[in-house]
Amino acid sequence: MVIYGVGLLAACFLAGQFMGESLGNLLGIEANVGGVGFSMILLMISTQWFQKKGILPAQTEQGILFWSLMYIPIIIAMSATQNVFAAFSQGILALMAGILPTILLFLCIPMLLKLLSK
Amino acid sequence: MTILNKLFTVNALIVAFLVVAIITWLSTVISQKLLKGKIPGAAIAILCGLILAFFGGKWSGGTKGISDVAGLSGFALLGSSMLRDFAVVATAMGSSLKEMKKTGWIGAISLVLGVFFFFFSEVGRAYAFGYRDAVSLTTIGAGACTFIVGPVTGAAIGANSSVIAISIAAGVFKSVFVTIFTAPLAKWVGLNNPQAAMAYGGLMGTTSGVTAGLAATDPKLVPYGAMTSTFATGVGCLLCPSICFFMVKFIFGQ
Repeated sequence: MVIYGVGLLAACFLAGQFMGESLGNLLGIEANVGGVGFSMILLMISTQWFQKKGILPAQTEQGILFWSLMYIPIIIAMSATQNVFAAFSQGILALMAGILPTILLFLCIPMLLKLLSK
Repeated sequence: MTILNKLFTVNALIVAFLVVAIITWLSTVISQKLLKGKIPGAAIAILCGLILAFFGGKWSGGTKGISDVAGLSGFALLGSSMLRDFAVVATAMGSSLKEMKKTGWIGAISLVLGVFFFFFSEVGRAYAFGYRDAVSLTTIGAGACTFIVGPVTGAAIGANSSVIAISIAAGVFKSVFVTIFTAPLAKWVGLNNPQAAMAYGGLMGTTSGVTAGLAATDPKLVPYGAMTSTFATGVGCLLCPSICFFMVKFIFGQ
């Protein structure tokens, strides 16, 4: 059933968020540290485990696949809700602060990737 | 009119589904017919979203882009961090755990490297713009990491609200920039494999920018970039108000 897939995704999501919040709390900062990352690892492990056991029917998988395909539409909606107007009205320092180091890092990326992959 | 008004308010999320579908369709047509597939449809759609956000904020005076415009409030739910993270996690299915394990340390190094890089290049620029106190310098530098690190750091070390506003704006600009330019620059920087995507996510840090940029580049790379960038805000919130702040204090005095 499709809802089993959505339920499995929800369980991994909540457990991972809990781990991220707890880690942040443990480190004494008011932020979720890697919650999405933990959730992703949990989902990968659990779906692989179910697949091995042979109890992940195609319909269950559909429940997860649907949400992964909804990702780009959600990102489009997210872009449309950013505070772009305020960012532009903060003036030149904010614009430069956001963009110049990003350009600089883009220029360094080919070199960094080479260095890191050694 | 009142019937339409009521219809749009009660069914806000459904309206958002429809509008996003129309934006996607228009963007795909523009991508294929006008630009001959040179820029992917998803990239154009995301850019459309950002432009809508600009005018939404301008017309409504609100802080949440197009979702503050009457009838389009459903965008706030569809584009919320809750649904975004839920969908990002879903993309992990089918990606390789082995690949992530193999390149995990690259992600870790790129995370720390990214935070220090953005932080100090921005502290330098804020200094050039006339800021001299360690608190303001640190807050603006932190804003260059992500738009969450800026205000968290600013609040932790007691920065004033105008400096915090600059740091949030810097973070939003960074995310917008990464969103738009990841796809056109991907080939040039060699962003075409899981390993590179993990390093890229860690270096850039902004989850919204990285995942949106990778979605427009190659959806298969999204989970790898998301895996590392989701740690960036945490690492930034950890390093900026502590080690980075002390270093700035040490270099520039009070």
